Amino acid sequence: MTEAASVRLPVVRQDDDARPRRHLLGISDLDRDDIERLLGTAATISRSLDREVKKLPVLRGRLIINVFYESSTRTLSSFDLAAKRLSADTMAVRSSGSSADKGESLKDTALTLAEYDPDVIVIRHPHIGAPDLVARATRAHVVNAGDGKHQHPTQALLDLYTMREALGRLEGLHVAIVGDVLHSRVARSLIEALTLVGARTTLVGPPTLIPRGIEQMGCEVSTAIGDIEAADVVYVLRMQQERMSAGAAYVPSLREYAAEWGVTPGRLRPGQIVMHPGPMNRGVEIDPRVADSDVSLISTQVRFGLVVRMAVLYDLLAGGPTGDGLPLEVA
Amino acid sequence: MTLFWPDRPGDSLAIRSARVLDPATGIDGAFDVTIEDGVITSLVAAAEPAHGLLLAPAFVDPHVHLRVPGREDEETIATGTAAAAAGGYCAILAMPNTDPVVDSAAVLGALIELAREDAVIPTGFMASISKGQRGEELTEMVELARLGAAGFTDDGFPVVSAGLMQRALQYSAVAGRLLTLHEEEPTLSRDGQMNEGPVSAALGLAGWPSVAESVMIERDCSIAAYLQRPLHIMHLTARESVSAVRAAQARGVAVTAEVSPHHLCLTDETVRTLDTNYKMNPPLRSEDDRQALIEGLRDGTIACIATDHAPHARHEKETPFEEAAFGVTGLETSFAAIYTFLVETGELDLDLVLERMSTGPARVFGLPVPRIAVGERANLALIDLDADWRVTEDGFRSRSANSWLLGETLHGAIVKTIANGRVVHAA
Repeated sequence: MTEAASVRLPVVRQDDDARPRRHLLGISDLDRDDIERLLGTAATISRSLDREVKKLPVLRGRLIINVFYESSTRTLSSFDLAAKRLSADTMAVRSSGSSADKGESLKDTALTLAEYDPDVIVIRHPHIGAPDLVARATRAHVVNAGDGKHQHPTQALLDLYTMREALGRLEGLHVAIVGDVLHSRVARSLIEALTLVGARTTLVGPPTLIPRGIEQMGCEVSTAIGDIEAADVVYVLRMQQERMSAGAAYVPSLREYAAEWGVTPGRLRPGQIVMHPGPMNRGVEIDPRVADSDVSLISTQVRFGLVVRMAVLYDLLAGGPTGDGLPLEVA
Repeated sequence: MTLFWPDRPGDSLAIRSARVLDPATGIDGAFDVTIEDGVITSLVAAAEPAHGLLLAPAFVDPHVHLRVPGREDEETIATGTAAAAAGGYCAILAMPNTDPVVDSAAVLGALIELAREDAVIPTGFMASISKGQRGEELTEMVELARLGAAGFTDDGFPVVSAGLMQRALQYSAVAGRLLTLHEEEPTLSRDGQMNEGPVSAALGLAGWPSVAESVMIERDCSIAAYLQRPLHIMHLTARESVSAVRAAQARGVAVTAEVSPHHLCLTDETVRTLDTNYKMNPPLRSEDDRQALIEGLRDGTIACIATDHAPHARHEKETPFEEAAFGVTGLETSFAAIYTFLVETGELDLDLVLERMSTGPARVFGLPVPRIAVGERANLALIDLDADWRVTEDGFRSRSANSWLLGETLHGAIVKTIANGRVVHAA
C-alpha cells in the first residue's frame, strides 16, 4: 500500500482511561498468546463445572448486558449462563419489544444502557460494525456476539477449544470449512483464528458462495467436495437461507446443493471429526446420519461454548494478560 | 446562461508577488497582479515570493450535492457555495437528486431564484434525465435547458434501461446540453457496500464489483458511438472503466470523464476501520484501480477532478457501516488533499492538477474558462503551499462534517478566492 492509500487509519477504539479498555470485537483483537491464555482459562473453568456447585464468585457485583438484535438461541443462552456462573448480574435487551422497534438508533440505545454502568456489553446485531459503535459510545468492555456477516469471535474460540480437546493440538491441523462462506461470520472469524494458531484451512463450496479474494486471508479454496477428505476437521456451515435475498440465486436449489456439497457419511473418511456452529439444516448441508454419529462434535461445541464464554468474560474483567483479578483456582 | 449568482459589482485589489501558474495560458512566474472592478488589469513581473504563495485559476466543480430542496439540514445553497469558495472554487454545478428531484421547470426555477439571492459563487443546476429519477420517462429537457439547466443526470442512480439511455442521448441534442452518467449495473452492484475484493471478503460486507461500473460505461459508449452524441461519465473508480473510456475516445466517441479526490487518494483498505466516512458510492477500490485513475488523469482520458461533495447529517453516519449513508464532503479539502497526498509525493504534477480542477471541467461543461490574463474577469485562487492546517469537525463552512480527512493535517491552504471578480473567501 502506498502512502497515499494509507493516509488515515483512525483509531477506532480510544479511551481516556489510563488503562485502555479491552474488547473482543473480532479475532483481530487477539494475538496467539491471548488465544492460548483464553483456552487455558477455559480449561481451568471446565474443571470447576464438574463440581456439584458450579457457580464461581469471581464476577460478583459486575453487570453484563446482553443486547441481541438478531434471533439467537445458543449464543444468548450461552452468554447469559456464562455470566451467571461467574456470579455477575445479567440483563437481556432484544430488538423486538425494545426502543429499536420505535426507531431508536443503536447509538442512543447504547447511551441509554451505558447509564447503568455495565461492565460488559455483549452485542449481536444484523449489521457489521455495530459492536465497534457501542465500544465508541460507552465505557463498557464490548464483546461481539455476531455482527452481520463480519465476525463471531467467541464461536471461533469455542471451535478452537473443541478441536484441541478432540485432537490434542491446533498447530498443523487441516480444517475444511464447507458451504456458504459468503454469508458466514463464523467462517471469517474461524479462518482468522486458525491462521493465528498455525492451522491450515481449505474452503469448499459452490463458487457463488465463496467470496472473491478470500484466499488473501490465508486459506485455500476449492469447489470439489472430494477435497474435504484430506482434512482432519470437516467444519460444516449452515445454508443461511434468510440472508439470500429474493432473486439472488446463489445456487439453483437446495436439492442440488445437498447433492453436490452436503456432508454425507460416504464423503468422510475414518478419523475425521465433524463440526457445525448450528443451527443445522439436516438433509441440506449435513446428512442426519453424520450429525448424529460419533464423529460429530456438535453438542460438544455447545458445552464448550459455555466455558469459553466464561473464560472471555473472566479475562476481560478479572484476568487478562496481567492476571490481576480473583484467581480461578482459589475460587 | 447556466450559472446563477447575485448580481454585484466586482472588487478592486492587488495581489503582490505571487507565483502565477495558469496551465491554460502557459504563464508561470512571479507577478504582481492588479484587479480593478473585477477584471485583471495588469500582470507585472515581480520578485520571487518569500512565502509559497501560488495564484492559480480558480477551480470549477461539476459535481456537488447542495441538498436543496429537501435536506437543508445537511446543506444549503448559502453554506455549500461558501464551502466551495473556501475551497478555491469559482463555479460549481449542483446535482438534481434532491427531494423533490430537479425534474421540472418549477423546481429548477425556484433553485435559480435562490441562487440569485444566496449563492456565494456562480452556481449551476443539473436537471434529471428521467422524471423522479425513476428511469422511466424523460424530463422536459428542452424547457429545462431554456430555463438554465446546466446538463442532465440521474446521479445517484444509473439509467438502467438501454432504451431510455438511447432516447435521452437523442433528445438531449435538441436541448443542447450534456448528459452525465452515474454508471452502475444494479443487478451486479445489488446491495453492495464497498468494493468487491479481498477486503470485502474479509469483512463480510456485500461487494459492489468494479465490473458493474465498466460494463455500463461500455454499453453507454456503444450507444453514444451509434448516435454520434457526446457523453460525460462521472466519478470513475476502476481500471476497466478508465480503459473503457480510453478505448471509446480512441475510436472517436466524444466521451469525457471525471474522478474524485477520494478515489485518487484512497483504497478500499481504509474500509477495514469500518469508519463510515470511507463509505461512498461508487466505492473506493484497489491500489491497482487507484493507479489506473492516476494514469487516466495524466494522459487526459480523465479531464476533470470533481469532488462529488455529498454532505450528510451526523446521525446518518454515526451508525453501523451497513446502515450509514453513502458519500463524503470534499469542497473545502479537495485541493489540499490532492496536493498533500499526490503532488508532494510526486504522483501528480501541480500544473496538471490545476488544469484538471479548472480548465478541464469548465471546457467539458461549456462554462467560462478561468484564465489569468489582462482583460479577463478575475477567477482566482490564491494558495499558500507552505501552510499546514488541521481538518476538524468544527472548521467547515459546509453544514455537514462527514469528511474522510477529519483529524488529518493537510498542506496547502486557500488564502483567497475570487469568483467572477469578487472576493468570496479570504482566510
